[in-house]
Amino acid sequence: MKKVLGMAALLAGLIAIICIYQYTTTGAMAFFGPVNISNLAQRIGMLGIYSIGAGIVILSGGIDLSIGSVMGLTGVIIALCATKYGWSPWLVSLAILPLCALLGFWHSFLIGRFKLQPFIVTLSSLLLLRGLARGISGGKGITLDNASFATIGNNSFLGIPIPFIILIVLALIVGFIMNYTVYGRYLYAIGRNEEAVRYSGIKVNKIKTLAYVLCAVLAGIAGIVEFSYTGDVQPANSGLMYEMWAIAAAVLGGCSMRGGEGTMIGIIIGAALIRVMDNGINLMGIPSDWQWTVIGLVIIGGVIADEAHKQRQAKKLKA
Amino acid sequence: MADATDLKSVGATHEGSTPSSPTTIAKSMAIQETQNQPLLTMRGITKRFPGVLALNGVDLSLDKSEIVGLIGENGAGKSTLMKILEGDYAADEGKIILDGGPVTLNDVQDSIALGVALIHQELCLAPNLDVASNIFLGHEPRAGFLSVVNKKKLNADAAELAKRVGITAAMTDLVENLSPGEQQLVEIAKALSYDVRILVLDEPTSSLSPGEAEKLFEVMRKLKSEGVAMVYISHRLGEVEQMCDRAVVLRDGCRVGELDKANLKSSEMVKLMVGRDISRFFPEHAEDTAGDVVLSVRDMDYAGGKEKVCFDLKAGEILGIAGLVGSGRTELIRALFGVESKHSGDILLNDQKTEIRNTADAVRAGIGLVPEDRKELGVVLEMSVAENISLAGINTYNPPFLDRKRELEVAKEHVEALEIKTPSLSQQVQYLSGGNQQKVALSKWLSLNPKVLILDEPTRGIDVGSKSEIYKLIRGLAETGMGVIMVSSEMEEIIGLADRVMVMHEGRCMGVIGRNEASEENIMRLATGGDAK
Repeated sequence: MKKVLGMAALLAGLIAIICIYQYTTTGAMAFFGPVNISNLAQRIGMLGIYSIGAGIVILSGGIDLSIGSVMGLTGVIIALCATKYGWSPWLVSLAILPLCALLGFWHSFLIGRFKLQPFIVTLSSLLLLRGLARGISGGKGITLDNASFATIGNNSFLGIPIPFIILIVLALIVGFIMNYTVYGRYLYAIGRNEEAVRYSGIKVNKIKTLAYVLCAVLAGIAGIVEFSYTGDVQPANSGLMYEMWAIAAAVLGGCSMRGGEGTMIGIIIGAALIRVMDNGINLMGIPSDWQWTVIGLVIIGGVIADEAHKQRQAKKLKA
Repeated sequence: MADATDLKSVGATHEGSTPSSPTTIAKSMAIQETQNQPLLTMRGITKRFPGVLALNGVDLSLDKSEIVGLIGENGAGKSTLMKILEGDYAADEGKIILDGGPVTLNDVQDSIALGVALIHQELCLAPNLDVASNIFLGHEPRAGFLSVVNKKKLNADAAELAKRVGITAAMTDLVENLSPGEQQLVEIAKALSYDVRILVLDEPTSSLSPGEAEKLFEVMRKLKSEGVAMVYISHRLGEVEQMCDRAVVLRDGCRVGELDKANLKSSEMVKLMVGRDISRFFPEHAEDTAGDVVLSVRDMDYAGGKEKVCFDLKAGEILGIAGLVGSGRTELIRALFGVESKHSGDILLNDQKTEIRNTADAVRAGIGLVPEDRKELGVVLEMSVAENISLAGINTYNPPFLDRKRELEVAKEHVEALEIKTPSLSQQVQYLSGGNQQKVALSKWLSLNPKVLILDEPTRGIDVGSKSEIYKLIRGLAETGMGVIMVSSEMEEIIGLADRVMVMHEGRCMGVIGRNEASEENIMRLATGGDAK
């Protein structure tokens, strides 16, 4: 909980810096302008959805590198089916989610039964699915002109961007599983000590399957929202490296790559941090070529500060 | 660090990461050396950790060719004292005097340079390197202007050291393929490669078979005759009695006494260690509480077993499983608990044939296992006491939801019943002592009230006081009608507690001995492959 507070403080500090900078240079605070806030919420929503998936898998002590490729392939399939065969993008979207679940089962089958490493298993999916997206589309970008389908990504409900609403709904559902069901408890326990959990009579593979399936399905949902937002998909680039942003958001939000540590609210704050940084860099007029440098520095700074805090804590507690 | 400025630094320690420096130091100190001065004196050592006084003015001296036992319960300060001698921790107060002159030890390199080496309970070898490379790890003989490792000299030098400590493995064997006993010897050879004069052995026999331990003692006697001084830390008081010239006893960070050779008896040691006389170490055995057969194993073939095994366990009975390390005891109970599925045969619980394919099946059937490796398998160290106690049972409270209220109730009940010492139910288990961790691991199963409880080395690494508490607990469980299987390498424990003893040797069950015939001699004969008669 302390970690979440720390990250929230970092977020607040970041916003304050942006605002002060803007106020002293332009005399106004464009950050809190309604358009900027709405855009920000929409972008946080989209990143947050797949960050939750990444976070859950990291919590279980694993990793999923296939998120970006799943998102790209999702867009390509919807676009192809809608433009080539005239199918409803809504129905195609619905049909894709079970396929994503199947991918999650495949990952956990290889990891649980064959004892393969999550990194390798999902790395192969990263390549395989990206290749599939490029292969079936012939590598060419596809544009979908469908006003009703575009609403998910672009419109607002009661003034709140729909992607952000989707994020909140999903966060509540997954957060409930994590905090109020035995599966969530097992997930944390497995992340900390998988063998001890197995020795407590718990089917570890079943719980891990839940994590990988959730992650793949959330990536699928994020892919649908993203494609609805852009209305355009580039097989080679859409969703490229998004898993890295998701992992960054989860880690910034307090998930430990060793597993067993992290909270839902933390993951969302992590996603918000990354998007606010993006936004701030734009608003402050820093050339966008420096964007990654800044975010990279903030991530390593945050993680170092957290580790230092943890080591101090541990020293205090040590008998 | 109040007195740290008093400690006169020995100049040589800083340039002294090469093994040749001990001799130069010894020479410079020779002037001060007198005949009756001990080789090492630690005087008034005090060490504070936040909130805890780990050591309070402890004295320890050591002579050439002397083996001094250092004993005490867990948390008494033995390891802290030795870590100060090793240079890993800095003492807050006190002096370390070597060869008559004070020394400052800033890190482990300093102590190695002065000829002090510590052999940790958990061995620090590189399993994927060969024996010779491990022995000279970090100071391999070099050759040529590129300073590459001189393999030939490395192997020859290592072979010489190996001969000195009696390693039978080839210098090119990988350490991971060696038995625990041989690995221990490699660790000693590694220390000797640094011209060691003072050797500290921390629980060296805890993972060794009796035969391997005897070999280790042989090496210790030889080193002693060569003039090496040793500090011997062990919970096995019989070994201390056998090997040590005297013993220093610590309790709660204080030196509470020293026993010379004449008074070096287990009973005396225990009295000093716990500060009270444990008259009855093992609980009184009530009249036969055994009832109906609760678990029946028929012709079971399992991974690691050389022969099908058959045995029965009655309700209210403690069945001991004895055997040396590698005799297949752990493999047998892993099959019973479904960690490794059996190949063939039947497991019957209350006369019902029960299929156990995984640990979930075993738990559902009413079997619990407290594994040997407590920290890795028994508990989740970073989780709270309550979360650990509920780990196996939480899905029975109010599934699929998390019943935190019930969880805390159950945890509270067990913390009180088993007298688990913890500041709160939300304390992480890693901050509890070994004995209390073990009680948490036990509570996890007791909350489910299993028919059969399997305990693998239930008192490993647990101090004497907690041990007798755990014994009482186990006996109490049997009296409530639970069938208990206890695997143990500690002969006293098996003889003192078990109603029947099943002895294993190289994956075979060699026989079952009744309580009255269970003697160390009878068990050892079977455990080493001898005849029952």
